[in-house]
Amino acid sequence: MSALDPREELAKRLGLLHVPPVRFDSPHEIQKLLADNDYLSDEAIASVVFLADRLAKPVLVEGPAGTGKTALAQAVADSIGARLIRLQCYEGLDESKALYEWNYRKQLLRIQAGRPEGSAEEWAHLEEDIFAEEFLLTRPLLEAITATDPVVLLIDEVDRVELETEALLLEILSEYQVSIPELGTVRAKQIPMVFLTSNNTRELSEALKRRCLYLYVGYPSIERERDIILARVPGISAVLAEQIAQVVRSLRTLDLKKAPSVSETLGWARTLVVLGREEIGEHDAAETLHILLKYQSDIERATKELLGRSKPVA
Amino acid sequence: MLNLLGDFIAELRAAGIPVSMSEHVDAARAVQVIDISDRSLVKSSLGATLVKDGDHMPVFSTAFEVFFSNRSFESVADLMDGVEAESPEGAAGASGPGDARGEGGGASSSMSANELADLLYRALREGNRADLRRAAAEAVTRYAGVEPGRPVGGTYYLYRTLRNLELDALERRLSEAGLADQPTSDALAQRLSRDEAHARIEQLKAEIEREIRERLVEDRGAEALAKSVRKPLPEDIDVMHANRDEMAQLERALRPLSRKLAVRLARRRRRRRRGPVDLRHTVRRSLSTGGVPIDLRFKPPRPAKPEIIVIADVSGSVASFARFTLHLVHAISSQFSKVRSFVFVDGLDEVSRLFEGVDDPAEAVARINAEADVVAFDGHSDYGRAFLTFHERFADQLTKRSTILILGDARNNYHQAHAEVLADLKYRAKAVYWLNPEPTSYWNSGDSIVSQYAPYCERVVECRTLRQLEAFVGDLA
Repeated sequence: MSALDPREELAKRLGLLHVPPVRFDSPHEIQKLLADNDYLSDEAIASVVFLADRLAKPVLVEGPAGTGKTALAQAVADSIGARLIRLQCYEGLDESKALYEWNYRKQLLRIQAGRPEGSAEEWAHLEEDIFAEEFLLTRPLLEAITATDPVVLLIDEVDRVELETEALLLEILSEYQVSIPELGTVRAKQIPMVFLTSNNTRELSEALKRRCLYLYVGYPSIERERDIILARVPGISAVLAEQIAQVVRSLRTLDLKKAPSVSETLGWARTLVVLGREEIGEHDAAETLHILLKYQSDIERATKELLGRSKPVA
Repeated sequence: MLNLLGDFIAELRAAGIPVSMSEHVDAARAVQVIDISDRSLVKSSLGATLVKDGDHMPVFSTAFEVFFSNRSFESVADLMDGVEAESPEGAAGASGPGDARGEGGGASSSMSANELADLLYRALREGNRADLRRAAAEAVTRYAGVEPGRPVGGTYYLYRTLRNLELDALERRLSEAGLADQPTSDALAQRLSRDEAHARIEQLKAEIEREIRERLVEDRGAEALAKSVRKPLPEDIDVMHANRDEMAQLERALRPLSRKLAVRLARRRRRRRRGPVDLRHTVRRSLSTGGVPIDLRFKPPRPAKPEIIVIADVSGSVASFARFTLHLVHAISSQFSKVRSFVFVDGLDEVSRLFEGVDDPAEAVARINAEADVVAFDGHSDYGRAFLTFHERFADQLTKRSTILILGDARNNYHQAHAEVLADLKYRAKAVYWLNPEPTSYWNSGDSIVSQYAPYCERVVECRTLRQLEAFVGDLA
């Protein structure tokens, strides 16, 4: 039962002089901290962030687009006063964009500068010299683990890289280190918080999932959505926020191609505020529905179901 | 080490959720750093460490409710070794929290049916959680008629309770009351209050379900109950025997599944980029190396996209299976050079046109029932006749690139098989596959004549779940 605390264990492996202090005391504190940074979390979100800190594990955040996955990483970074380092994934992302690259121009300059004498000994010395950290261009992943200031690493939309490229991430996710053949292993100087987001366009590998804590961020409950609107849209009345949350909930129960996301909800709320509405009437809804819904067929369907009309307002 | 957490994980695995050893360790570590007396915290911590797929969450949730419903923990040791200390008491139905609730129920059991209805209405109207819980407990005591010791999952008790509560009427009443609060009563307001009422009723149902589950756990113990309420994961639901709820789950799972499949197949196709050696190009390149062909050049691969012809039985018994398969095949139609679909019962009709220019295959599939002309005689499946009709009208359009998929259970209602027609179709086409939604053990029983058709198919595949369907279609493209 008296297993070593995961943080201590990791700190020992990384050769840190002392175990980094924990960032949060309780999930409730996290909820409060995040709320101060305008991010309304719920219990599940807070407890996973808490565990991520205590167990020193990355968090894989999954869920529909626009439910605040990226915003969560940003808010956590803000709330602990850390720098957010972001790696945006895309198809074709490779080592030199994600981890590190040798700055070969600088290496060339170094070689030319030291040209005059040309003994074998000199060459060996030079070779050792040009593969030094000085000539290394750090990319987000390496930057995150070599940083000495507090950082939060965000690996965004990890489902976009190929299955093979995912393997690049495994070492850093489980060991917090990067192996560079010419240089040896670079270990983290601290235990950074790591978030990965995925829109679930493909199955992630078992290996990746196993190394992460899993957090599913779905559409918020009606109460939470209302609170989010109130927190993020200045000058909105409670009645209007409640109504907006209700309409959006009803829309999400329809069988739409693309259900309205939280960010679209906020956009709609802002529009209604700008228009000076205190409550939503049928007419306003019909005219502004295109802010919430992005497909013509969805708009038609919503108009029919919600407003009982057959034709949307052009 | 036999412990509660271990048992819980065993249950998750039995339900089909893959939990690895290291995830088990993570969960054990997680419960050591959190406040263990906070149940919802325990739940989200276990969820984060053990379940790595959003679709598996409902199954996890049910298992958790069953396993940890009336146990509260003071220390980690409780959770790790809880079984020995807890289960004798649990079996006797006299554990701490159970008692407390028992009293609460006892105090209000003098309520009349009217009082209960009143309490229920008020709780729903005000959205008061505690009252709702009390009303649910009362309703279960009153109407469910829980019989101790019966090995059931509680669906029947739930049904009995809900029937007595007349929820439809209640929902209407709530909705009307809600509308009266609204400033306007246009269509939008009506719809909103209807949805609000519906959401609250759903809340009540969940509350009642939880209540029943808790009583069953008290009665029979968590492990036994977990087994009876175990639900399959969406990808493991038997398509032919899915109930309405499961059907809805399947529908929801189908869309992301087909999207993922399309992405995977497109990637696979792109990466297989070597065609045969391009001799001309290689020789030209070899000029720069003194005529030695060092650098081999390849032709771009021919996209060997198959042409798919689906022939689906859409008679009652297998209709849902046919619908799912048609949906899936058309959703990834970009992976095929052409998809044509035919449906039949005892007549045959082409339905490809329904899928043309429609973004969402689900819409087209929904129209099949209304628009396809599939019944020629008595409305019982007749495979032989369907194959004959197909052969007569479309056989000359088959080429060596056509792959034929036949969907159905091969229950021919003792009509003539006409297997020789299928033999000719196979001769003309590249391949014939038969997808059968029945378990293998049922094949050739009764009026099923799989074995008569099987010799003329490349493969006859049992295809009962989305998982099997996905695997098959993935191989095909």
